[in-house]
Amino acid sequence: MAKRIDVSGLTAYYSSHKAIEDISMTVEPRSVTAFIGPSGCGKSTFLRTLNRMHEVTPGGRVEGKVLLDDEDLYGSHVDPVAVRRTVGMVFQRPNPFPTMSIFDNVAAGLRLNGSYKKSELNDVVEKSLKGANLWNEVKDRLNKPGSGLSGGQQQRLCIARAIAVEPQVLLMDEPCSALDPISTLAIEDLIGELKERFTIVIVTHNMQQAARVSDRTAFFNLAAVGQPGKLIEIDETERIFSNPSVQATEDYISGRFG
Amino acid sequence: MDIATQPPAPPAPADRPTPAEQKRAARGATRPGDRVFLGLSRGSGILLLAIMAAIAIFLTYRASLVLSKNEGNFLTTFEWNATATPPVFGIAVLAFGTIVTSIIAMLIAVPVSVGIALFITHYAPKKLGGPIAYVIDLLAAVPSIVYGLWGALFLVPHLEGLFGWLDDYFGWTGIFAWQGGAPRTLLTVGILLAIMILPIITNVSREVFRQAPQMHQEAALALGATRWEVIRMSVIPFGRSGVISASMLGLGRALGETMAVATVLSPDFLIHASLLDPGGGTFAQNIAAKFSEANDQGRDALIASGLVLFVITLLVNGAARLIIARRKEYSGANA
Repeated sequence: MAKRIDVSGLTAYYSSHKAIEDISMTVEPRSVTAFIGPSGCGKSTFLRTLNRMHEVTPGGRVEGKVLLDDEDLYGSHVDPVAVRRTVGMVFQRPNPFPTMSIFDNVAAGLRLNGSYKKSELNDVVEKSLKGANLWNEVKDRLNKPGSGLSGGQQQRLCIARAIAVEPQVLLMDEPCSALDPISTLAIEDLIGELKERFTIVIVTHNMQQAARVSDRTAFFNLAAVGQPGKLIEIDETERIFSNPSVQATEDYISGRFG
Repeated sequence: MDIATQPPAPPAPADRPTPAEQKRAARGATRPGDRVFLGLSRGSGILLLAIMAAIAIFLTYRASLVLSKNEGNFLTTFEWNATATPPVFGIAVLAFGTIVTSIIAMLIAVPVSVGIALFITHYAPKKLGGPIAYVIDLLAAVPSIVYGLWGALFLVPHLEGLFGWLDDYFGWTGIFAWQGGAPRTLLTVGILLAIMILPIITNVSREVFRQAPQMHQEAALALGATRWEVIRMSVIPFGRSGVISASMLGLGRALGETMAVATVLSPDFLIHASLLDPGGGTFAQNIAAKFSEANDQGRDALIASGLVLFVITLLVNGAARLIIARRKEYSGANA
């Protein structure tokens, strides 16, 4: 169920502003890759180019290639809607649909993809909520609105919603930045379990988190405000945090940045 | 309270506010500016209630003067002879006409308005959406008598084609049977009212759709929703209660519209099975048509009919609030 991502020469713009420039990297299937770097360095923008969400922003456009197991996401015959069904996404702020129940939130993606029998839906919803470590907390109130849950539970509900459609890749954009430490720990544990089934890419501002959850870490930086963000280096997480090959990376992780 | 019976309490510091002062402070009424503003806003609230009560009392009192003398049944009589002695009048035809024209107007205006609002907020490029919104605003500013003149001089003659078509295909239902008379009918009024309430429903809907949270739209997009699915999953549910409120504003105008109806309709005091038969009437149209030549008793009867319109409006608004409140848990406001 997990695919490998190959990015080559990717540049993304907001209208005429170049947000990220010439990024190339490979993400292995069934691994966790963390993106770190200062604010504005383009790591979220880059993440959003991986499921063609970047171009939803007015003026957003992309040059370069993103291969998902040899298929170019930006090929001329590729439907962005289909891309987003294969590459799921979890956002910074938990965003369950406020007008839907917990059950309907998890089933939302499936219902988009076609019609399912009630029993099939039940199975998928249960499996996804279990996969997101949320089942025991919500199994008695599946018909209550998702907005009644705590922030951490809402975020796990969003993860359940994303994995319910069995994506190849799961993108997470600072999924814990709005959560307390206990909820954060729950999500981090969950990421460890999910990587056995999915390719995971996570943007985080928390370097301990990157060190804890990821197999590989990519460091992004920008030369100055207004300049495009660039990928400085990507390597095994252990190596990035102990002995990075670029000085800027070491400065950033040891807090000597800026 | 009696100080002698109190246990010896430690003397309160002199600067601690008494409970009454604390309560006042919580309402924000300690500084002079706050007190003035509190007085103003409270006064406005009370004034509004007083005006509502005054209207209700006035209508009820004047209506009661004539209702006791009415020889007909106020609710079921198909006749309006309120100036005669004894008076004979009933609101059945007016209630029917008012409700039918409003329903037709809502059936046409609500879907079209929601469509326009969604188009402006989620489909049209900015260069097109702005001008469309501007034109809709202009429509709202046209006086109702102008709509009436346009309806009578343009819409009525040009509806004959539609009436013929309706008669050909749906005449068998009876509701759309056409005898060939001039289209000065309840259906024409309904269509005209739909055009008149379109701007207000569109504007309010547009405002709520525009406020639909980006994060829920992105959530839908990231699940692989098409643009329409994004709108269906996140925009429309969020705007639902706003659209209901907007529709109620529009319905309020449709129920009470006077000049346009009076100009277009060729009234009589019958309930016609077919919407394409000229005739019928509405509360507001009947009041406008009869008021100038009525004596005191006749005016009281018209006021009685106005009271019924007042009650219908209250009921409709109450129903709308119930619909909104019932799904409050799921409203976008909880996000």
